[in-house]
Amino acid sequence: MIAIIDYGVGNIFSLRSSFARIGADVKLTGDPAEIRAADKLILPGVGAFGDAADKLRESGLGDVVVDEARRGKALMGICLGMQLLFDESYEYGRHRGLGLIEGRVVTMDPAATQPETGQAAETDTPAAETQAAETDTLAAETQAACTHTVPAGLKVPHIGWNALHFPESRPKSKIFDKIDQGDFVYFVHTYHAIDCDASVIATTDYGIQLTAAVARGNVYGLQFHPEKSGDVGMKILKAFVEMEV
Amino acid sequence: MITKRIIPCLDVKDGRVVKGVNFQGLADVSSPVELGRYYSEHGADELVFYDITASSDGRKLFTDILRQVASTIFIPLTVGGGINTVEDFDRVLKCGADKVSVNSGALRDPGLIGRAAKLYGNQCVVLSVDVMRVDGRFTVFAKGGRENTGLDAIDWIRKAEADGAGEIVVNSIDTDGVKGGFDIEMLRAVEDVVSVPVIASGGAGCIEDFVKLFRAIPDIDAGLAASIFHFGEVSISDLKRALAAAGINVRI
Repeated sequence: MIAIIDYGVGNIFSLRSSFARIGADVKLTGDPAEIRAADKLILPGVGAFGDAADKLRESGLGDVVVDEARRGKALMGICLGMQLLFDESYEYGRHRGLGLIEGRVVTMDPAATQPETGQAAETDTPAAETQAAETDTLAAETQAACTHTVPAGLKVPHIGWNALHFPESRPKSKIFDKIDQGDFVYFVHTYHAIDCDASVIATTDYGIQLTAAVARGNVYGLQFHPEKSGDVGMKILKAFVEMEV
Repeated sequence: MITKRIIPCLDVKDGRVVKGVNFQGLADVSSPVELGRYYSEHGADELVFYDITASSDGRKLFTDILRQVASTIFIPLTVGGGINTVEDFDRVLKCGADKVSVNSGALRDPGLIGRAAKLYGNQCVVLSVDVMRVDGRFTVFAKGGRENTGLDAIDWIRKAEADGAGEIVVNSIDTDGVKGGFDIEMLRAVEDVVSVPVIASGGAGCIEDFVKLFRAIPDIDAGLAASIFHFGEVSISDLKRALAAAGINVRI
């Protein structure tokens, strides 16, 4: 049985339907015992990172998922579920992820990383100046942490069908066994993963190379939606279901 | 690089697709599931289902149908028609819709887009707007294009984007049904002021109209049409091959 982790985030109707289509035995569950008994795990997610990370922590399911993954159980995070696998995210503040894959999640929106201007100039007192200087330092640090934005003119969110590219430097991942270079999958996201080069198994071109999929050992993450990517998506899900870990 | 999307729109009334179509190999041409699958297999990048039922029985039937469609077709589904409250969003999202399109509902309740975006995310909220030129001004029309709201379309679209609409469908009443091509002037005016994806609707009569659209406005994200696909005047696979041949990036 494959457990889809139910932690109250997102709409998993299509995900369940697509597993049903390929004949996989899946169960949506938030029961730690069932999750521990499952053969493989799916971490879904749509919405805001901070909210989802909180729900995983508060429910205790985050710890269960991390434990099971560290014990070698195959885990696949999808969209926000993929982003949650990383160390941290800068979506509306700074939030800790599950830390299963090294890397960070930052916005790809150039407009969102413009430094604030015009506020410090109006302050006179030394105390306010110090505060303003600290704020500037923080702003600069945050901005540095959030670089890797798409070129101006490209729309954010990145919505639509885009092509997968597999890095030539490493063997193609098992989950892409039946997938060709350039096959199209469906993306919907505003934030993307960086500093995860060692784990990248597929990228997609959106003015810059975006991380489309990652893997580290038995832990997989897909930024796109396989359950909305037609036959290509089905083949990826099937490969995960049939894969021997 | 991201591809331009081609989106057929299906009007559904009492559980059946309105406007009879006749495709070879389709046993039931007015079954939303069969027609949806046909389009999906022939290269549609997304499907829009528009519920034009008025009764509550019909509405229930629509969500049943939607559930069937979403269980068998694995490409993005947008649902519109009769979306007036966040409960309506909830109703169709639970049945497998990925995006929800609001039109008159947002005009009646200008807070709807903001509330829905906060609950479900901007990517889920689509503003659909019917626009007609009145005294040279792009003006928003309600109730399927029958009622002049007096609202400036560019202002309305800007507000919707600021409130959280993640995508805008612009339907030109001036070109709709004329089959003389998309309303390039209107679409360009919209594209100039928004940064979310814009979907062109109204006026497509042939393949060349889509080529002209994507050439004239390289930033436009998608072309939507209904009858030319349903009546078989344009096949989506032919259209995509033609677009690719014209150097426009599409998913084939």
